[in-house]
Amino acid sequence: MTLLSIQDLNVVFPGKSGPVHAVRGVSIDVTRGESYGLVGESGSGKSTVLRAVAGLAPVSEGTITLDGQTLGRKRDRAFYRRVQMVFQDPYGSLHPRHTVDRVLSEPLAIHRMGDAEKRIARALDEVGLGQGFRFRFPHQLSGGQRQRVAIARALILEPEIMLLDEPTSALDASIQAEVLNLLDRLRVERGLTYVMVSHDLGVVAHMCERLSVMEQGRVVETLTRADLRALRATQPYTQRLLAASRGFTRADPVT
Amino acid sequence: MIGAARRDWLLTEAPASRRQARLGQSYRLWMAFSRNRLAMVGLGIVLALVAMAIFADVIAPYDPLRGGGLRTARLLPPSAEHLMGTDDQARDIFSRIVHGSRITLMVVALVAVIATPIGLLVGTCAGYFGGWVDTVLMRITDVFLAFPRLILALAFVAALGPGIENAIIAIAITSWPPYARLARAETLTIRDTDHIAAIRLQGASSARILWGHVTPLCLSSVIVRVTLDMAGIILTAAGLGFLGLGAQPPQPEWGAMIAAGRGYIIDYWWVATMPGIAIFVVSLGFNLLGDGLRDILDPKART
Repeated sequence: MTLLSIQDLNVVFPGKSGPVHAVRGVSIDVTRGESYGLVGESGSGKSTVLRAVAGLAPVSEGTITLDGQTLGRKRDRAFYRRVQMVFQDPYGSLHPRHTVDRVLSEPLAIHRMGDAEKRIARALDEVGLGQGFRFRFPHQLSGGQRQRVAIARALILEPEIMLLDEPTSALDASIQAEVLNLLDRLRVERGLTYVMVSHDLGVVAHMCERLSVMEQGRVVETLTRADLRALRATQPYTQRLLAASRGFTRADPVT
Repeated sequence: MIGAARRDWLLTEAPASRRQARLGQSYRLWMAFSRNRLAMVGLGIVLALVAMAIFADVIAPYDPLRGGGLRTARLLPPSAEHLMGTDDQARDIFSRIVHGSRITLMVVALVAVIATPIGLLVGTCAGYFGGWVDTVLMRITDVFLAFPRLILALAFVAALGPGIENAIIAIAITSWPPYARLARAETLTIRDTDHIAAIRLQGASSARILWGHVTPLCLSSVIVRVTLDMAGIILTAAGLGFLGLGAQPPQPEWGAMIAAGRGYIIDYWWVATMPGIAIFVVSLGFNLLGDGLRDILDPKART
C-alpha cells in the first residue's frame, strides 16, 4: 500500500542567473513500512526531493500525496506529526544555545503532547543516549551524539515517515555504522517508513529495499536491493556509480 | 574545598537539571570574561556608576541643588572640603556629579530598554519574513538612518519640549535603526540554517521561531552593539543637556554642568572639567565593557 506518492515533481528555484531547475519530473511511490533510497551525486536533486516533501522547497509542478491526501502549499501541524526529517549536518541542525532537553521538549510543547518527562527519557534511551545527556548543550556532544539527538527529536513526535537526508555522511566510518544500525533497529521496532537520501551506494544497499538513482534532477533507474547486490543495473550512469562504490581498481597494465 | 566542589558542579559535562546547565553556561562565560582585564575595568566602572547612583544620598556630602553662601563659597577650587570645588551657584561639584550619575544611568537604561526591543523586533521580522515585510520595515529604518542622530534628537526635543524625559525618548527613537540593521543581517544568516528548518518541520509558529530560536542568536551581537553605543548615548544626552534641551536646571546633569562652566573655563577650570572627566570615564567604562562582551559573545569578531 502506497503511503507517500510523488508524481511528476518539478522544483525550480529562482536563482540570480536565471531559474535553477533542480528536480525534473520525478515520480516515486513509497510503500508503508519500506525503506526507500534516493541515490545520486551532489547536485542531482535528491535532497531537494526530500525538502519538497517536507515543505522546505517550492513545488513548481506535480503532486505529493500522503496516504491518499494531496498536500497543498502549506503543511499543517498534523502533517508534521506524521512526517519528520533528519538532516545531514548534525553540527548545523541543533540550535547552538539550546540544551538537549529544550530540543526535545519543544516539539512536545508545540503539539501539546503530555507526559513530557517520560517521553523525553524514553526518546533518549531509544537512541542510546541515556539521561546523562539530557541537559547538555550541543557543543558538549560529539557528531554522532548530536545526530542521535536529531533522531530523537524526529522520533519524539511518533511520526510514520522519516525523511533521512544523508544522516551519516558527516560522521566518521565507525560512528556511521552505529547510527545506521540504530536507524535500522528503530524502523523495525516502530514500523517506520524511511525515505533516505545518500550518495553512498553501500549505505543505501544496507538500509533500503528499493532505490532510485538520480542524475541531474531526473530518476534514471529504479532498482531493488537484490538488483543492486547482483549488479543488475541497466543504465550506464548506475553502472558507473556501482563501479565507483567498489572503490579504486587499477586499469590493466598497458603491455 | 567548598569552592572547588561548587566549581565542579558548575563545570560538569553532564548537568542534572535545567538550572545547573544554565548556571554552568553562565559560569563559563564569566570565566572567559574575567580573563580580560580591560573588560573587568570597564565592568568595575559601570558597577561603580550603578552603586554611585543607588547610594547618591549617602555618598554626596552636600545638597546637589542648594549651594552654600554665595559670597563665601562660589567657585572655590578643589580642596579637602570640596573635593571637586564649587560652581558659580556655590554648589559642591562632587555632590552634583554623584547625583548626576542617576540621570546618566536613567538615560542609558531607558534608551537600552526602549531601543533594543524595537530594533530586535523590526530586524528579526524583516530578516525572517523577507519579501514586502522586509522592504517596508527596512525603508522605514532607512528613513530614520538618513538623519544625523543628534539633529533628529534635536528636532524631536524641539517638538516635544525640552526636558530629560523627552531627551530620552528622542535618543531612543534615533538609536534603534542600527540595531534593526544588525538583527536583520544576523537573521538572514540564521534563517536558512538546518536548525531553523528543523523547528519549522516540528510545526512551530513564526512567533515561536522568532522569539525562541532567532532572537537568542541575534541577541549577543545586539547587546554588544548596545553596550558600545552607550558611550554615544551618554554623549548625546550630555550634548542635549549642553544645548539646554536635555535636563533642565537645576538638575545636576553632566552635560548641562559643562555648559554652565563654559563661561569660566579659563579662570575656574574645574567647573567644566570635573563633569567632563565623569562623562569621559563612564563612556570609557561602557566601551571597555562592550569590547569585553564582544570577545566572549561574538567569537567571530575575535582576531
